[in-house]
Amino acid sequence: MENRGITFGYGFLSQESSFDVQFSLIEYDGSHSYFRAYLVGLLNTILVSVIGIIFATIIGVVVGIARLSSNYLIERTAAIYVEFFRNIPLLLQIFFWYFAALRALPLPEKAEPMFGVFFLTIKGFFIPAFIWNNLDIFIYSVIAAIIAIFFVRAYAKKKQENQGTQTPVLLISIGLLIILPLLSFLLGGVDASIEIPVIEQLSKTSFTFKGGLKLPPELISLALALSLYTATFIAECVRAGVQGVSKGQKEAAASIGLTPNQVLKLVVMPQALRIIIPPTTNQYLNLTKNSSLAAAIAYPDLVLVFAGTALMQTGRAIEIVSITMLTYLTLSITISIFMNWYNKKIAIKEK
Amino acid sequence: MFKLVKRLTSVVAMFAVLFTFTTETMAAKKSKTLKNTQKKGFVRCGVSQGLPGFSNADAAGNWTGVDVDVCRAVAAAVLGDSSKVKFTPLSAKERFTALTSNEIDILSRNTTWTLSRDADIGLTFVGVNFYDGQGFMVRKNSGISSVNDFKAGVSACTNLGTTTELNMRDFFNSKGIKYEPVTFEKADEVVAAYDAGRCDTYTTDKSGLAAQRIKLSNPDDHMVLPETISKEPLGPVVRQGDSVWEDIVRWSLNTMIEAEEYGVTSANADMMKTSDNPAVKRLVGAEGELGAALGLDNEWSLRIIKQVGNYGESYKRNIADTGILPDRGPNELWTKGGILYVPPAR
Repeated sequence: MENRGITFGYGFLSQESSFDVQFSLIEYDGSHSYFRAYLVGLLNTILVSVIGIIFATIIGVVVGIARLSSNYLIERTAAIYVEFFRNIPLLLQIFFWYFAALRALPLPEKAEPMFGVFFLTIKGFFIPAFIWNNLDIFIYSVIAAIIAIFFVRAYAKKKQENQGTQTPVLLISIGLLIILPLLSFLLGGVDASIEIPVIEQLSKTSFTFKGGLKLPPELISLALALSLYTATFIAECVRAGVQGVSKGQKEAAASIGLTPNQVLKLVVMPQALRIIIPPTTNQYLNLTKNSSLAAAIAYPDLVLVFAGTALMQTGRAIEIVSITMLTYLTLSITISIFMNWYNKKIAIKEK
Repeated sequence: MFKLVKRLTSVVAMFAVLFTFTTETMAAKKSKTLKNTQKKGFVRCGVSQGLPGFSNADAAGNWTGVDVDVCRAVAAAVLGDSSKVKFTPLSAKERFTALTSNEIDILSRNTTWTLSRDADIGLTFVGVNFYDGQGFMVRKNSGISSVNDFKAGVSACTNLGTTTELNMRDFFNSKGIKYEPVTFEKADEVVAAYDAGRCDTYTTDKSGLAAQRIKLSNPDDHMVLPETISKEPLGPVVRQGDSVWEDIVRWSLNTMIEAEEYGVTSANADMMKTSDNPAVKRLVGAEGELGAALGLDNEWSLRIIKQVGNYGESYKRNIADTGILPDRGPNELWTKGGILYVPPAR
């Protein structure tokens, strides 16, 4: 490297980045450091991955169960969806959704409001935003509620083991999640007002929305493409998992008087999950890694912001690519550790 | 006496041969890139993925453009045939890595010469073959007629990893305008997104705007704003550390510009060997030993002019006649009111 006049070092990370990013979860502009730009990219990657994983799981489970439906129409529709979306390269799907969205969505001035406050336009999805006072207290109350729910669940489990009586855990949990944050409003000085996006004129023919929260079309189309693509694989995992539980199990459960809901919850799902989780973990990892295709449609993820613009502006190819690789490795390993923990938790406990 | 003279001349001739031989081999020896190029038989040239006027491939895969002509000139000088070039299309992101990692030997890809690029990442800029500046394209019916008409919230589409991104920030910051940068890796996607209405303006080098405008669905609905917000001297780049190769590329470009200055064209180059002007004779290799200093023969510059043409011919063929920028603006010779001014070849 010295021969070629290339210097090596990570000192550039603290330099001023001097480029802007269109969409960021933390406060950022060009006067911040390259390291901050890295965080912006990383958080955007995590955001689209989390959204993608949530929607892919929901769609995947629904479609997977639909494929087992005895209704011919539902079963065929689900099958066609799976075969169609999993057999087209993801990059093409991303381009399709992005440019289809850009073609189909209206310009801001022509956008029809949904429920009066949501505006889906070519420049993004504008939604009302909350303006918070003492947001931290509200967040603490939610965390407290979640911790309380864990305690309630542990108590309920113990009680069932000792006395055999069931506690309505779900109702108590929902109650806690409502009451504690509500208390923070009443006693903690938390206050929220809603800011509705308002149309604003930029020039004679060009408009945008001001105020509220803006989800860029790049994020929406990328999340859509990733979820629809990955959901097909998850659907197949779910189908395989449910089909993997032998019929006798269901019949046996029904014969001891469990309701159909209980059969699903207590007998079928615990066994099916053991088959579903490991391959689904793969799909989560794939989705996270695939999110790097964002660079093609201007969604400022890690690859676009850090391994793209920052690499170009500094010329530090080796340093930046090594950091980026290490980051994806860490993300993947984190997901995989979590899923392995979950898999272990639901595995058969041999006694 | 006669014998002595004969002997002396032979000694002198021997020395002369030895001398030219050593200078030649020394230059060739010093330049690994030159040696490799001659061994391979083609010049490895990095160009854009398609920017009309600068580097663009037609349906048959023939590359044309002013950036392409720089590589062709080097091929004519080094290998004697301007067609012996292997073109590698590169994105803005890939271009410097391709050069430093030895994938290409010349990067001629509308690249802006800046201090940090020149000094920091193992590159050397050899000159400027196009003086450009960043501008903005907007829709004609938007009523925007100057960069002062931009308002906060404006969204701007551009290419990622370019000086454009930095200039855009400097510009909007100086105006105190909050803006939304939408950056794509490929120019075609920038054009598609701007065309669809995702952005209010498309910003890049003005020559690029002029070239890309043709690709829009209704080019006549768009216009480039008059202001120029930055200096963008575009030029060929080589790897740092091979000064002979650097000189060859620099003087190949300079030859084209100087040929225009002295009125030497591809058509009249051969006749210029008998010109009265010593500068012209040097330029076509009829006087002096300029090629030897570069490790080349003395016809190298003549071949450039004959096979590729002078700068004016290249500009006319690629940029003016294609309707991209008929007016040469700053890219006119210094003698005609422009800023093209190269050191003398002597």
